[in-house]
Amino acid sequence: MAVDYALLKKGGFMRQKQKNNFSLRLRVVGGNLTATQLATIAGVAEKYGDGHVHLTSRQSVEIPFIKLEQIDEVKAALSKGNVEPGVCGPRVRTVTACQGAAICPSGCIDTYALAKELDDRYFARELPHKFKFGITGCQNNCLKAEENDLGIKGGIQVKWREAECIGCGVCEKACRSGAITIIDGKITVDDGKCNFCGRCVKSCPTEAWDTVHGYIVSFGGLFGNSINKGEAIIPFIENKEKLMAVCDAAIEFFAENAKPSERFKFTLDRVGRDKFTEKILEAYNG
Amino acid sequence: MAELDFKIDDSVDITDVVCPTTFVKAKVALEELDDGQILSVRMNDGEPVQNVPRSIKEEGHQILKLIKNADGTYTLYVKKVGD
Repeated sequence: MAVDYALLKKGGFMRQKQKNNFSLRLRVVGGNLTATQLATIAGVAEKYGDGHVHLTSRQSVEIPFIKLEQIDEVKAALSKGNVEPGVCGPRVRTVTACQGAAICPSGCIDTYALAKELDDRYFARELPHKFKFGITGCQNNCLKAEENDLGIKGGIQVKWREAECIGCGVCEKACRSGAITIIDGKITVDDGKCNFCGRCVKSCPTEAWDTVHGYIVSFGGLFGNSINKGEAIIPFIENKEKLMAVCDAAIEFFAENAKPSERFKFTLDRVGRDKFTEKILEAYNG
Repeated sequence: MAELDFKIDDSVDITDVVCPTTFVKAKVALEELDDGQILSVRMNDGEPVQNVPRSIKEEGHQILKLIKNADGTYTLYVKKVGD
């Protein structure tokens, strides 16, 4: 029987150099696995692989040396521990995320919850080429948002609350972009300089800021054979509904306009960033 | 220099150490104080003044004031919260 490698690849089975051996990619969302899932993976690697796993560059786990004839058995063993195969090929890939606001003091958004939501919405959706989402919680950018086809970075939009302010002066120094000036006890924020890092808020002893937690979204990032830094169109997206509308519009644009095997950046270059910008603004403005 | 409307109970100078010892040194000094007492922390411009106030806030203490000194260093006044 001929082996359908494309179908296997779609199901996360990557052909190895060693004949009839496959490295099985698993479905991981936002880099989190439960202890039970890990134990299941370890058991499968011991029993069906060669006893080791590989942690991929995009927060997935692969179990190498899975035999072709044991694929169904392996899938069944994994599913008992609530582990699913991942995907490769031309579709929406693993949604990666840093630990975000649920764990990290620097986080401005709940990256894991958002990764789950995006994974539920788009995971494995068929497209002309691979499409990668990455979510980072703040300007520290531990998850490297701009190297993804669609990168999301958490941020905080601020407005000074004079009544709560004790004029300690900490925020002016905490700001790394020189956006805050204090004159005669009054704070002004230069919107042109503010990068939504939220350091003023996080260092403020009296919470003297009105805050909106939102998203900076970049498009067309690549970090493989070609390297390109994804670029934002809208400086700050202020709620989840608008974020989802923008993500939907970006995926639709890619699905409609990309040639087979063309990454998002090259579609944008070929079709025109102005056309794409128009679509994104339309989605954003609802 | 702005007038301070509180009394300082103890002082620590963290200009002779670098991150993360800056915060650790300030934290140790705060541990020596009683609840409600005030510590002044002298620190360098740059990374210490950007990060140490926030770390002290995250420990639950009350930041009162940050003053720029004539020599380019900064002094942070902190009220200890909790024992």
